Amino acid sequence: MIGLEHYLTVAATLFVIGIFGLFLNRKNVIILLMSIELMLLAVNINLVAFSSFLGDLVGQVFTLFVLTVAAAEAAIGLAILVCFFRNRGTIDVEDVNMMKG
Amino acid sequence: MIQADLTIILPEIILAVFAMLALLVAVYSVKDGLASVLVWATSALMLVLAVFIASKGMGTNIAFGGMYVDDGFSRFSKVAILVSAAAVLLMSREYMARRGLLRFEYPLLIALSVVGMMMMVSAGDLMSLYMGLELQSLALYVVAALRRDSVKSTEAGLKYFVLGALSSGLLLYGASLVYGFAGTTLFSGIIQTTHHGEVSLGLLFGLIFLISGLAFKVSAVPFHMWTPDVYEGSPTPVTAFFATAPKMAAMGLFARVLHDAFGAAVADWQQVIALLSVLSMFLGAVAAIGQRDIKRLMAYSSIAHMGFAMMGLAAGTAFGVQAMLIYMAIYVTMNVGTFAFVLMMEKDGQPVTDIASLNLYARREPGKALAMLVLLFSLAGVPPMLGFFGKFYVLRAAYEGGLAWLAVAGVVASVIGAFYYLRIVFYMYFGEEGEELDKNRSPVLWGFLMASAAVMLVGIVNMFGVEGAAVAAAVTLVN
Repeated sequence: MIGLEHYLTVAATLFVIGIFGLFLNRKNVIILLMSIELMLLAVNINLVAFSSFLGDLVGQVFTLFVLTVAAAEAAIGLAILVCFFRNRGTIDVEDVNMMKG
Repeated sequence: MIQADLTIILPEIILAVFAMLALLVAVYSVKDGLASVLVWATSALMLVLAVFIASKGMGTNIAFGGMYVDDGFSRFSKVAILVSAAAVLLMSREYMARRGLLRFEYPLLIALSVVGMMMMVSAGDLMSLYMGLELQSLALYVVAALRRDSVKSTEAGLKYFVLGALSSGLLLYGASLVYGFAGTTLFSGIIQTTHHGEVSLGLLFGLIFLISGLAFKVSAVPFHMWTPDVYEGSPTPVTAFFATAPKMAAMGLFARVLHDAFGAAVADWQQVIALLSVLSMFLGAVAAIGQRDIKRLMAYSSIAHMGFAMMGLAAGTAFGVQAMLIYMAIYVTMNVGTFAFVLMMEKDGQPVTDIASLNLYARREPGKALAMLVLLFSLAGVPPMLGFFGKFYVLRAAYEGGLAWLAVAGVVASVIGAFYYLRIVFYMYFGEEGEELDKNRSPVLWGFLMASAAVMLVGIVNMFGVEGAAVAAAVTLVN
């Protein structure tokens, strides 16, 4: 029987993979966008699992909002990335270093 | 029913509809030719809405089943947000126009982010919190990268986007845990589950994730890494905007989550906020010492100031919230003036942000140097200025909230922090002979600088009644 804990474990694992992807990835900004998406989807699994467990629809409504915002976020992220690429000619994470920090 | 709800959120609707209509009109007509008009129109509309909200009177209105709360606290924050956003827009028009940056999207993106901020401070539900926060953030990512042909500006936008999205992810994960363990996303429902006995471990985890996400938005240490780079890379008017309205909104949201949703579990978050506060104050004070760029310096200064504002929050009392609101109102006013000065710094028509370029500035422009001196003293918290009273309030709140150690740490940090503000004063009055900055004769910027400096001096009489409003605001939030 698959219970709430299993879903929460999967979501937590995906979330942590997403965070690690953000911090350990030294290669490509696109991978950062994928990691962000992974984090948001992990949250969605959490919300839907809780929603079904609690027998309460609010969690699924929340999920729809999160999906919509994630799409808008990805669009804006890619737009900024395109601008950056035009100026810098590269999208390597190591090259995002004009300013120290 | 729906009629009543819509009436309550009328200011947000007006601003959002205005922004979208103006976007359509501008796209299908002369595009950037309308930019100047739109800047004036947007700031005028914001000021009108601020007056409208301020004159709404007392009372708490709840719309959409508790998702949206219109109370004294949200009205106070909204007036501060609207007025500071309008001020920054007015200040930026000339600077942007001179550098070919005055696109019609700029005032409209600012307007949309202000709608998000108004939503944030009125949020009564995790969903409206998230939607408000994202509306604000998405608009801000774009304005950070407004100078499309500059590596620095697009890099600032990219960094802000990646770290901002990470913080939204953390906040959202926290929200999902809170929903799961409290069984509701309404703040009024969450506080009821914490009323009886202990806060469950899952809820506590959710709260910590929520706090991390919000700390990111107010740029509190250890979630501050984006601040100096974003401040340095963005065009200066955008930096001025980042340092004012979004900070006020994020602190307002912070207070609302902590008190509206977790007000019954003060002991559980008090130490976390106190820790964030003390770290921010010290890092902001120490790291700014080595900075040569005034925008980076203002970034560290804002980190330190957020630490002080959070000190009021950490007290966990109504007086603490009141102190935080007063502190933020003063902070926003000081920053408007300081950035008016930074916007005037230019050499051969090019913006300059190096502190060393201010050498002997006082000899050439005594009036402006004096105003800046007042503002810097106020930022440092030197006694006769208004900034001192802001610090005094939060220190008192922390002391009365049983956090005497935090108050002592705050005094030490503000003494360390005074050093770098005073160094700018030193450069202006006793520096070495160097290359001169252009004489900027912008009446708008001059007016904002002088007005802000005058407020710092005259405000000590009665703070223009901000104190009374802050008391009323804090009481509606904490009870």
